[in-house]
Amino acid sequence: MISDEVKAQMRAIAARYPQPRSAMLPCLHLAQQTEGYITPEGAQAVAQAVGARVDEVESVVSFYSMYTTKPLGAQVIKVCTSVSCYLRGSDALLARLEERLGVKKGQTASDGRFTLDMIECLAACGMAPVLQVNGEFVENVTPERADALLDRLERGEGVGDMGSRWRLTEQGGFTTAGSTTSASGDSGEPAKENS
Amino acid sequence: MTINAPNTPETQSLPLGPYPRIVTHAFDVPNIDQLEVYRAHGGYEALAKALRDFQPEALAEEVKASGLRGRGGAGFATGVKWGFLPKESARPRYLCVNADESEPGTFKDRMIMEVSPHQVVEGTILAAYATRVRHAFIYIRGELPRAYQQVERAVREAYEAGLLGKNILGSGYDLEITVHPGAGAYICGEESALLESLEGKRGYPRLKPPFPALVGLYGGPTVINNLETVASLPAIVRLGAATYAQYGTEKSKGTRVYCLSGHVERPGNYELPLGTPLRTLIEDFGGGVWQGKKLKAIIPGGSSTNFLTPDQIDTPLDFESILAAGSMLGSAGVVVLDEDTCIVGAVLRMTEFYRDESCGKCTPCREGTYWLVQLLERLEEGHGKESDIDLLNDICDNIAGKSFCPLGDAATSSIVSSIRLWRDEYIHHVRAHACLVGPGANRKRDAAAV
Repeated sequence: MISDEVKAQMRAIAARYPQPRSAMLPCLHLAQQTEGYITPEGAQAVAQAVGARVDEVESVVSFYSMYTTKPLGAQVIKVCTSVSCYLRGSDALLARLEERLGVKKGQTASDGRFTLDMIECLAACGMAPVLQVNGEFVENVTPERADALLDRLERGEGVGDMGSRWRLTEQGGFTTAGSTTSASGDSGEPAKENS
Repeated sequence: MTINAPNTPETQSLPLGPYPRIVTHAFDVPNIDQLEVYRAHGGYEALAKALRDFQPEALAEEVKASGLRGRGGAGFATGVKWGFLPKESARPRYLCVNADESEPGTFKDRMIMEVSPHQVVEGTILAAYATRVRHAFIYIRGELPRAYQQVERAVREAYEAGLLGKNILGSGYDLEITVHPGAGAYICGEESALLESLEGKRGYPRLKPPFPALVGLYGGPTVINNLETVASLPAIVRLGAATYAQYGTEKSKGTRVYCLSGHVERPGNYELPLGTPLRTLIEDFGGGVWQGKKLKAIIPGGSSTNFLTPDQIDTPLDFESILAAGSMLGSAGVVVLDEDTCIVGAVLRMTEFYRDESCGKCTPCREGTYWLVQLLERLEEGHGKESDIDLLNDICDNIAGKSFCPLGDAATSSIVSSIRLWRDEYIHHVRAHACLVGPGANRKRDAAAV
């Protein structure tokens, strides 16, 4: 359900732009975050907030890959399969996850706990192969780390300290690999998708 | 291990040493994402200096003098690009910072936003001031929620500290910044598609001309700069254009954040002066090809650029040298392929990306990328014909330059250059029904024997 409070939030987002229609994408993110996917009611609320017709909202929804019009699992795992991840074993990673979760890419497990999918280049190529869990990065996902991650997720512990932190290497480069402690300025807690 | 810096009279005289980190100079400072820490390390001093010492036109001249060129891909001179905005216009003018980072092989902008978001904000204010813009947008790729949160928080903190909004630092200059999330579409990194997306529409590219500098966001004059470009501005203002311009080559000034990935021992982001040889990046910094293997191919500027070969490893990483070597520096996403990589398989994977990300507006790109994937799949699986190889080239010829935007052109780079360089390997797939190297070499030979 899209509450009056969420509708007010949408109007507040629209006020940040010279033209309210520009708030289309952030309002759709909010609708999806609220209801889990873009419902007819969500599309209607966005249409009202940004001053567009519902069919215009639907046209936008169908263009952008992050929006979904059907419910997903509680934890959405997206594996990058673009070239740098491909070169370092993303296909084997995806196969490993398919095997353990008992679903194929693009599918949601019958208990609704997990959705598994592939995604295009996630801007993490130096830490390949990579995946995201509800938008949170996990990088350098070796088979062992994939198993450890799924163990955590199945226990409902989230990504935790397997999440990414940038650090400076001895060679003067930056990576998130090889360390669980942060030497960089990225101090906060990992992000949840679209929040 | 220490890096063997070139010990020449030129490098010895450089003010910050031969391999300075200019854009990423404070990235190893704990909590540099916090406003007070950023300020304690010189943050927002460039902004204060610019507002105090420079009129907007003078700031644009300073950036022009620094030689800074766009870090998104095309490498156009930033100060010159700003100069395309009309002096007067009926509609408001806008700045859009392009942080829709999604070119395969590229992961610098995400790092800059996550680690040093106030640098992004400071750079955005500098660019907006130089172009007399009163409302700027930072368009951040939707799949990067952490980067979005960091930049969004930094903007909020900057407002509270009087660094944004009305009368910034008492200068009389007003600026609003809106942080905007994308929603999953590579095409929105193309500047006119970005504008459509920012207007709340499908991200279809616009026909140019008119160029955004004249008719852009909401029809107003608009400048679009890559995120690393604006993140370079605070250092340029702080150090002075002359110091910045001492790095790099005659036509490619300063440093770039090279994104090193693929089959190397130490992948990562390395900020190095433009003109640093590929060999230095790959071998000295990156530790060379992994597992002691030999080098097969290098993609120098993201998956939209032509392959280079091992004999070109001494090519300097600057716009002109990479162009002369037959490719483009692009987004500086350097992807390394080892000797056991099947080139057809790798090209297939890159082409699938463009098929999936083609927005569908222009027929040559929409249909062509689909056909390319079908042909490459057939070849990779060992069912192809030799005529397929020329057919690939023919389709590429019918895509390149025949669409609104460069996405289709980008799809053809890896195909055309790999057929030119490794045609024998394509032919091997046809004749042996197997890959020449890699796991597909045995698997398919076995399958053919059954």
